[in-house]
Amino acid sequence: MRFAVIQFPGSNCDVDLLHAIKDGAGEEATYVSHTEKSLEGFDGVLLPGGFSYGDYLRSGAISRFSNIMSEVQRFADEGKPVFGTCNGFQILVEAGLLPGALQRNRNLHFICKTMELKVENSETKFTSLYESGEQLTIPIAHGEGSYYCDPETLQELKDHNQIVFSYASENPNGSIENIAGIVNKAGNVLGMMPHPERAIEELLGSEDGLRFFKSMVQNFSKETASV
Amino acid sequence: MYNVKVFVTYKESILDPQGEAVRGAVHRMGFDEIEDIRIGKYFEIKVSSQEGRDIEETIETICDKLLANVVMETYRYEIEKVKETV
Repeated sequence: MRFAVIQFPGSNCDVDLLHAIKDGAGEEATYVSHTEKSLEGFDGVLLPGGFSYGDYLRSGAISRFSNIMSEVQRFADEGKPVFGTCNGFQILVEAGLLPGALQRNRNLHFICKTMELKVENSETKFTSLYESGEQLTIPIAHGEGSYYCDPETLQELKDHNQIVFSYASENPNGSIENIAGIVNKAGNVLGMMPHPERAIEELLGSEDGLRFFKSMVQNFSKETASV
Repeated sequence: MYNVKVFVTYKESILDPQGEAVRGAVHRMGFDEIEDIRIGKYFEIKVSSQEGRDIEETIETICDKLLANVVMETYRYEIEKVKETV
């Protein structure tokens, strides 16, 4: 498969993300600037972490109006894999591709630490190589990661098994229901605050994130091949 | 020509941890009577008259799509008509 890693002004996890999909999952990937208007020839799109546009206004609020976002929207509509981590997740909620919003951390701290995550749903295309309920060691690094949505949306997330990851031992940011990552109803757009791309080799403390990318490739490549 | 002021604030149901931190500091200043502080955003916008476009509609669209995240924020605005500046 061929993945696009979008570079916004202020992205800073783009290199890690490219490394994860290329060297970790063994797929093709290239950087694509936010100014581009086409994702022709790509099979999936990855939105990296960072501080796009300096987090001005709200994290992700400016980036969602980038040229490339109409293509990201198209990928989401067409069922192609769209993944956003950290700032990428913030951009996806601002763009309305995922429900809810990400608020300032409850304790106002920027938190950079390794967390225990629980796999709430191992039946998504992004998590099929995990066991249900499995605990993963994956780092977080954010100041605005407190997931919020209204009660009706939360019920909908639960009804459709859209909560994919939660914080297992402690909730670092005050997110409702300890939510760390969610998927859209169609199952092809996933956003999460933690950084699986920073946990793909033991040398860096954990390789629990690797199966995330491998699951995504395994499941979506079947579809790409059959089309 | 119009001057528009937009005020964006958190919805009542949303916790504002920054506002709470500021309230804590105010209490440490000795003003215990300050019960609540909530922080919002304020925008000053200059708009030229646009034939065939409703200014209220324009401002609301900008607020809904960009200035406020309506999942957690709400907004209000004031429109003031001013003379063209040369």
